[in-house]
Amino acid sequence: MKLRSKDLLGLYHLGADEINYILDTAKDMKKIVLSSMKKVNYLQGRSVVSLFYENSTRTRVSFELAAKYMGAQAVNVSVNSSSVAKGETLIDTGKTLDAMGTDIVIMRHNQSGAPNLLAKNIKASVINAGDGMHEHPTQALLDMLTMIEEFGSLKGLKVAIIGDIYHSRVARSNIIGLNKMGAKVQIYAPSTLMPVGIEELGVKICPTIEDATKDCDVVMALRIQLERQKNALFPTSNEYSKFFGLNPDNIKGTKKNVLFMHPGPVNRGLEMTSSLIDADNSVINKQVTNGVAVRMALLYLLIGRDEL
Amino acid sequence: MRTLIINGKVFLDGQIEEGMSLLVDDGIIIDAQKDIKWEADRIIDAKGLYVLPGLIDAHCHLRDPGFEYKEDIVTGTKSAAKGGFTSIACMPNTSPTVDNIGIVRYIIEKAKKDGFVNVYPIGAITKGLEGKELSEMGSMKEAGIVAVSDDGKPVMNGDVMRKALIYAGQFGLSVISHCEDLSITDGGSMNEGVTSTILGLRGIPASSEDVMVAREVLLSEYTKVPVHIAHVSTKASVEIIRQAKKRGIKVTAETCPHYFTLTEKACLDYDTNTKMNPPLRTQVDLEAVIEGLRDDTIDIIATDHAPHHRDEKNVEFERAANGIVGFETALSLSYTNLVEAGYLSFSQMLHKLTVNPAKMLKLDKGVLKCGKSADLILVDFDNEYTVDVSKFASKSKNSPFDGFKVKGRVLLTMVGGKISYSDEGFTL
Repeated sequence: MKLRSKDLLGLYHLGADEINYILDTAKDMKKIVLSSMKKVNYLQGRSVVSLFYENSTRTRVSFELAAKYMGAQAVNVSVNSSSVAKGETLIDTGKTLDAMGTDIVIMRHNQSGAPNLLAKNIKASVINAGDGMHEHPTQALLDMLTMIEEFGSLKGLKVAIIGDIYHSRVARSNIIGLNKMGAKVQIYAPSTLMPVGIEELGVKICPTIEDATKDCDVVMALRIQLERQKNALFPTSNEYSKFFGLNPDNIKGTKKNVLFMHPGPVNRGLEMTSSLIDADNSVINKQVTNGVAVRMALLYLLIGRDEL
Repeated sequence: MRTLIINGKVFLDGQIEEGMSLLVDDGIIIDAQKDIKWEADRIIDAKGLYVLPGLIDAHCHLRDPGFEYKEDIVTGTKSAAKGGFTSIACMPNTSPTVDNIGIVRYIIEKAKKDGFVNVYPIGAITKGLEGKELSEMGSMKEAGIVAVSDDGKPVMNGDVMRKALIYAGQFGLSVISHCEDLSITDGGSMNEGVTSTILGLRGIPASSEDVMVAREVLLSEYTKVPVHIAHVSTKASVEIIRQAKKRGIKVTAETCPHYFTLTEKACLDYDTNTKMNPPLRTQVDLEAVIEGLRDDTIDIIATDHAPHHRDEKNVEFERAANGIVGFETALSLSYTNLVEAGYLSFSQMLHKLTVNPAKMLKLDKGVLKCGKSADLILVDFDNEYTVDVSKFASKSKNSPFDGFKVKGRVLLTMVGGKISYSDEGFTL
């Protein structure tokens, strides 16, 4: 089986069969990540460029390690020191990378749809590492892998996603992906941070945080960006954590073996109390490990050597 | 020079007349008879074709002066002629803006000298389109403007708009309002709804348009000065205008072909040729716009022809320029999606492209009649053709309609008795 597109721009365009295939491949890749000899030659002779227009530590490092564990040449383009700062357009930057023989461009951008624009205009494959408020497909895939490891399957799982849905590309990719895989997603957010029409994507908008988390297998909190408080989206951090933060009291109705997830970095006490972040059933660090495995799987599936 | 147009289905003084001949002399229609043969220097056989009054566009952007890399008066009027327009009113958001008589004269003179159709400049409501101080509307009227508008931007300050209405009213100038509350738009780049949610693009709520339409209607009622609402795109705006008309408020309205042809779903691939302001809305809005056209709540079909260089469109969606070119698709989209689809009668469509815009702009144009200027077009409504943007006469090709199959091909455009466009397949 092969992925149908040369690019991974979002889960919106992937079929359930493709998602399963990526996740199955990631399970094998995880063995490499956990081994003491982290070196295979699946990407020997391939070049991987990360083009990050937004700051990121964990996603960028995760992709870089994924590429290096498989023997690729991995280069990071730092936007401030590149010709982008001199006013070059995205398409011209992409074509330059193409001309240098790049096999895959991993891109993060603050503009929704920027990876789509790049992918249409260059020969290299493009992986979306997060674009604006659009999608963050590798994050959703690693979240799904984490859920599968715990529960065996995504089908029928109840997943609560709590927080700033409006600005969150993680939420969008998870909602789209989980829905395709047969999980049920319930969401709760300040109404000012709930995007219009989201229910048409097959999620349930809940009236309270207790309703949203009731009988859930997974509770996922989203990062809140404190500077958004200025745009009249929520009044104070205090009020946010009181009504929209997860704490031991408002998650009492979940299933016993519930998982707590967070895409990171966490604002402790705001989205989630420390007691939940550090609880035994918090899988936040496992998510990070699975991130490398999922990214290895994608790099392999998109540009891996055919003869293997 | 005498030109005789024979065998056409002529839309004469509001009626379709089959097998009618038109005689044009010195730019004027001097006679119209059935099966009569006059002596003429040139005979045009319009067999199987409609002979219609030239279309009138109440809303376009010619980008000249200042943005000639997008379009200029020569290419813009050539594009208009190719689309069947013989008179067009161009918006003042050029550089410098049309807020003084110098620029008004420049446009009029250049159009007279090198243009292919009649050009009527629209002056700015406020100096520099800044929404603060009124422009010299009186002097610009003397120089030749036919209306005022800050199009592209709303006049956000209600008091400035109220004063603009009463001052423009004193000079008999129509006020055309681009209705948008920028505080509600808040940086959005497409309609707010499930599609903007899927794409992660900040949305423009329909209410951004609706509240301003309501404001303009109420200001018009209060000042008793007519107001014209540009590019209506939402269901609520249509309803507000419908109710206002019922209450006797002197409001007129226009929409554009894209608002009755496409919905926000066209944006799903981040195609920047689907980005315009107001944005493409929902199916519910599209149907309300069509209903508004049908019951004459919406008087006018305008193009909002907005050329942009491909470098301004071949970028990230939120960074892309707003607007699409429209001259060369307006008639065929109107005919195909309104008349052929069964919503409007042929003459109703034609009124919205001729008589009604002429009336709003107070132009003595829009009908074929003896004694009137020979501004007319020959159109083939029978044969379907495919829109090909690479063939556009406009300097810019930013259209979401490339590849659309439509009916209504303009084969000849005559302005003041002179042929300003003829299709390469049409032999004179």
